[in-house]
Amino acid sequence: MFEAPEDRKYLESHEYATTDGETATVGISDFAQDELGDVVFVELPEVGDEITQHEEFGVVESIKAVSDLYAPVSGTVTAVNEALFDQPELVNEDPYGDGWLLEVEVADDRSSKTSSPPRSTASKPSERQ
Amino acid sequence: MALRKPPLHDVYAADASFTGFGGWEMPVEFDSIRAEHAAVRESVGIFDVSHMGEIAVSGPDATALMQRLTSNDVTRLSPGESQYSAITDESGIIIDDTIVYRLPETRDAEFLFVPNAGHDEEINQRWVDHCEEWGLDADVENQTEDWAMVAVQGPDAAATVDSVTDADVTSLSKGNLVESDVATVESLVARTGYTGEDGFEILCPTADAEAVWTAFAGDCTPCGLGSRDTLRTEMGFLLSGQDFDPEDEPRTPYEAGIGWTVALDTEFVGRDALAAAESEGVEETFVGLVLRERGVARHGYDIVADGESIGHVTSGTMSPTLGEAIALGYVPTSYAEPGTEVAVDVRGREKRAEIAATPFIEDH
Repeated sequence: MFEAPEDRKYLESHEYATTDGETATVGISDFAQDELGDVVFVELPEVGDEITQHEEFGVVESIKAVSDLYAPVSGTVTAVNEALFDQPELVNEDPYGDGWLLEVEVADDRSSKTSSPPRSTASKPSERQ
Repeated sequence: MALRKPPLHDVYAADASFTGFGGWEMPVEFDSIRAEHAAVRESVGIFDVSHMGEIAVSGPDATALMQRLTSNDVTRLSPGESQYSAITDESGIIIDDTIVYRLPETRDAEFLFVPNAGHDEEINQRWVDHCEEWGLDADVENQTEDWAMVAVQGPDAAATVDSVTDADVTSLSKGNLVESDVATVESLVARTGYTGEDGFEILCPTADAEAVWTAFAGDCTPCGLGSRDTLRTEMGFLLSGQDFDPEDEPRTPYEAGIGWTVALDTEFVGRDALAAAESEGVEETFVGLVLRERGVARHGYDIVADGESIGHVTSGTMSPTLGEAIALGYVPTSYAEPGTEVAVDVRGREKRAEIAATPFIEDH
């Protein structure tokens, strides 16, 4: 029902990172965008900022909910998807493509546990408020 | 405590996502809040609003009881008319807001009023207790479980509802109600709603809810509480328990911007306190806000001006119609003029905002 391409790894909280190379593309899964509903705002770090695996790096808001974003990898932000500032709905329309959030130069320490694509029965994105 | 399920729950369960609201498990979204919102603004949508309470009041003193427990003047109502009103405590604080229907004379009960989700038992008890205390001869019955309620809302609502009713609902005045069959189900059809669009609220027996819902299935976009909230927020309509609440947001009708529901020339619980409040004037008032920077103002966020918190947001969302973040909240009257520049503290970041007149959308 929901796509979860196998060329990337996923957190339980449904953020993904691509795994082919030193630069990872970070976003949220198809399941996550569907659970959130219409995305209306993203708050992201800036280029040059460090993010740490499993720690918060931003916020995605839909009409109905505010959700923290957790980093699927550690590293340095090399690009931010600025298109989302005017078209946050791209996260809904194309979560694995045009709706990406960050590009990250992955830190050397790759102790990260790889995980298989989440099932649609997995936990919801963490919602607050 | 288990959530109460509306009678239509199983009819649309496969098509909706759900949320707990006021003790009920209600559909929050069917397709997308944005699409549902647009359907109501542009054509027609249908909501299950069976979580709303229904309390019937009958007997020789029905009018006296209603008059003494609601802020508005129920004696202005003729059979088949309705009235928006506040239910206030002794100090004039709003406990709940409600629509009071004076039923057509063919009905057993004289009044049916609609408290908000989760308030039906408390409000019913309030009526029963006061009726006894005052020695009035009236019967009060909580009929919340007996009625299903659907709202058909949007510019095409009149034609849509008229196509399945035996009564002519296109000529029904705003706020009025008639008895009518809806798809052969004996119902009450009121030209009321909570979206700012033309529309109808249909009360039918719980057992017949599916027949009524199904009669509209082909013509109306099913809508959940998510779009109900964005639609009412664009209109600046109050949400009970959020924009006012006797515990968490104690407000008088004057502060909440519904002073027009207060008939000081009637005797009701809270009347004396409100008469004093009316002559003193309010310190804080309910306003609209529009964010001028990216972000969304949410319930509980501080409204900031001149370096300090001056108030707080009680409701906020992204307006699907305007594509702007809009909010409702309370500020001191000195900041209440539309155009006044303030800020909203969005998770530690101040976002520029402006006080705005409500409704936020034009021609409503």
